[in-house]
Order: sequence, then C-alpha cells, then structure tokens
Amino acid sequence: MQFDFDESAPLYQQLADQLEEMIFSGGFDEGSQVPSTTQLSQQLHINPATVLKGMNILVAKDLLEKRRGLGMFVKKGAQQKIMEQRKESFYNDYVKSLLIEAGKLGITKQHLLDLIERGEKDESING
Amino acid sequence: MNQLTVKNLVKKYRHTTVLDDISFTLEPAKIYGLLGRNGAGKTTLLNIISNRLFPTSGDVQIAGEDVNNNDALLSKIFLMSEVNLYPREMKINQTFDLADAAYGDFDYDLANRLLKTFELDGDAKVTNLSTGQRTASKIIVALAVNAEYVLLDEPILGLDANHREAFYQELVKTYQEKPRTFVLSTHLIEEIQQLVEHVLILDQHKIIVDDGLDSMLAKAYTISGPTKLVDDYVAGLKVLKTELMGNIKTTYIFDDLDDQRPIPDQVKINHYDLQHLFIYLTDGGEK
Repeated sequence: MQFDFDESAPLYQQLADQLEEMIFSGGFDEGSQVPSTTQLSQQLHINPATVLKGMNILVAKDLLEKRRGLGMFVKKGAQQKIMEQRKESFYNDYVKSLLIEAGKLGITKQHLLDLIERGEKDESING
Repeated sequence: MNQLTVKNLVKKYRHTTVLDDISFTLEPAKIYGLLGRNGAGKTTLLNIISNRLFPTSGDVQIAGEDVNNNDALLSKIFLMSEVNLYPREMKINQTFDLADAAYGDFDYDLANRLLKTFELDGDAKVTNLSTGQRTASKIIVALAVNAEYVLLDEPILGLDANHREAFYQELVKTYQEKPRTFVLSTHLIEEIQQLVEHVLILDQHKIIVDDGLDSMLAKAYTISGPTKLVDDYVAGLKVLKTELMGNIKTTYIFDDLDDQRPIPDQVKINHYDLQHLFIYLTDGGEK
C-alpha cells in the first residue's frame, strides 16, 4: 500500500482520494476489510483524527461501512459507485478543460475529432 | 480530563522580555506542535507550564486552578527537556522508577519494550549515553509516564532516521491506546506536520498563530502569474512573501481567498506547506 502526499489539498482529502483509487482499482475487494485508523495512522505517522476524517469521507460517500467492533469494510457495489461518480465528473474534469484549452489554441471541432481518432490508434495509450 | 490554560504569561529577565503576554489553551487528548525559532522562548514557556520556572506575571491553570505549587495538578504535567536533571550515576532503569515515584502507574511494560526498540540497555548509566541515546531514554520515560499533559522539548535531538521513525510510530500508538495531550516543541517541522492537530507558533516572544493545522494550511496559498494580474488579485490579502522571476510574480498568501473575486486564466493558485508558512511568518528577525 503506497500513499503519496503533497500540498495540493488537505491531508484527509488526499487520504480519502487515494483510498478511493485503491478501491476502484481493486486493491481492496468489495466486502473486504480496509486497514484500521490505528494501522494507517501508525504506519503513515498521521494524526488519528486526520485519518478518521479521511475515512469518514468515504463512509459518507457510501464506499466504506463501519462494522461495530470489527472495523471498516468496502461496501458491496463500491466500485460501480465510483465508476458512476467518475463518469458524472468526466465532463467537468476532462471535457470542459479540453474544450477550453482547444479554444485557446484555435483548434477546431473537426481537428479535435481527428485528434481523438488518432488517439484511438495510438499504441502508447492502448498498448 | 480538563483543559490546561495559560493566562497572560510574562517572563522577564532584568531588561529582556522572554515571554510577552502569552495566552492559549491546551485541550485534553490532542497533539500540538509548538513551533518557534531558536530563542523564541519555547523552552522557557514549557518550563513555566511545568513549574520549573516562575513567571514574572500571569499563570498556568488546570480546570481553573493555578498549578503553581499544586502537587496534585503538577502530577498531570510532564516535561521532557534537553537538560539532564538526573544524578550522574543513575541508570536508565532508575529514571523509570523516578517517574513512577513522582507520577505513579509508570508503564514498565511499554518502557521495557521501547528499550529494545531504541536498542538501549536499561542498566546503562545515563551519563555514559550518546546524545541520541540520551534523547531515546528520555522519550521512553515521556511515553510511559502517567501524565495527562506531556510536553516534549526538542524530542528528536540527535536521533537517527530509524529512531525518529520509531518515535513517531510509538507516539501515535500510545496516543491511540491512551489519548492524552502531547506538545511537540521543535524546529524540525516537516517531520511532525502530519502528526499534529493544532499548531502554536511563538515568534518574537508572542504567540502569533494558535490554530488547527487544517484551517491554517487552508489559508496558505501561492498565487502566481503575470505581475499586474497577481497584484490585482492579491490586493487586500495578507501577503507574507513575494518572488519575482521575469514578469512572473509569485506571492505567498496567508489569508482566506475571496470567492467572489474572479481568478484570471493566467493566474495559478496552489497551496504550500507548514515548513514554508512557518519560515515566512517568522522571517522578521529582531525588530
């Protein structure tokens, strides 16, 4: 388990994001237990309150569930849920900024479509 | 458990003011970072809180009662300090007994386990230890002592990377098992940033920041871009430092940004870390 923190966002947010990514990529199976607040804070030397805050973000997003006395577990359907959330934000996160940058560079719609086709054939992306 | 309150503390030595009207509160079961440059008064402050020094005026209270000469209250406060208070011939094991006698319920199991972690021999004399070993032996006492407020003055002095790592891990562990208040006084900020929940910055003998780490860092922004645009955007905000490279200006802000103010395309906004925030906040030198 590898975490990598920078100054881009509060620590608890980065922790939540990276745990979410691990769930999404199958690093933790649905129904399986994730490391406890205790384990994470000891391993990463992060204040337990911070770790808990990060975990609670994922509980609020319905990706983790607390089982009393046992610990935190990945909820059934969590991967699917993350997939849906990401599809929803795909437009804002990628399409919008793509169009804004294209506009700045004077790239036409047809040119953009050509570029997308080129990308589909690009082995460095699909290979 | 109760709050520890520092009230209008002043400490003067003849004509020098070391602490100038210091007030703050330590909450139960929280990890604090006490940051300050050398000579800012951190050690004096910790010595006064633990009643090793007397203030010129002001006081330290727990649950509204002055701790001065109050043994019951002072037994809630432990200070791990740089100075060596033990007799020359004392062995590490005996420092455990001393802490047990003064505070009761010393956690010998933990202490003995930590001796192995820090590769120390309990029968070694404190005076024969290297700086790093002496620090480690004090850390063991500080983590195993039965006190609600544990103050650590430069707790990683001379420790190598492995032992610093071990210290951070053991600190978090014992904090989780038995929540109590720790104050880490240090200038090695980068390493403790993730451990502390609340930050106190002592500068020029005054407390200039008393804030939660998250809310503090949330106000630490760098704004960079073309000079004119950056100047317009940061007008009225608290700017700590400015860097100019060609026509690109970078300002370090410590303030809330105005959500209503539009951000020009060419202007980039980022966050920066506690270490730099500390440096820029305390970079004034003696005024």
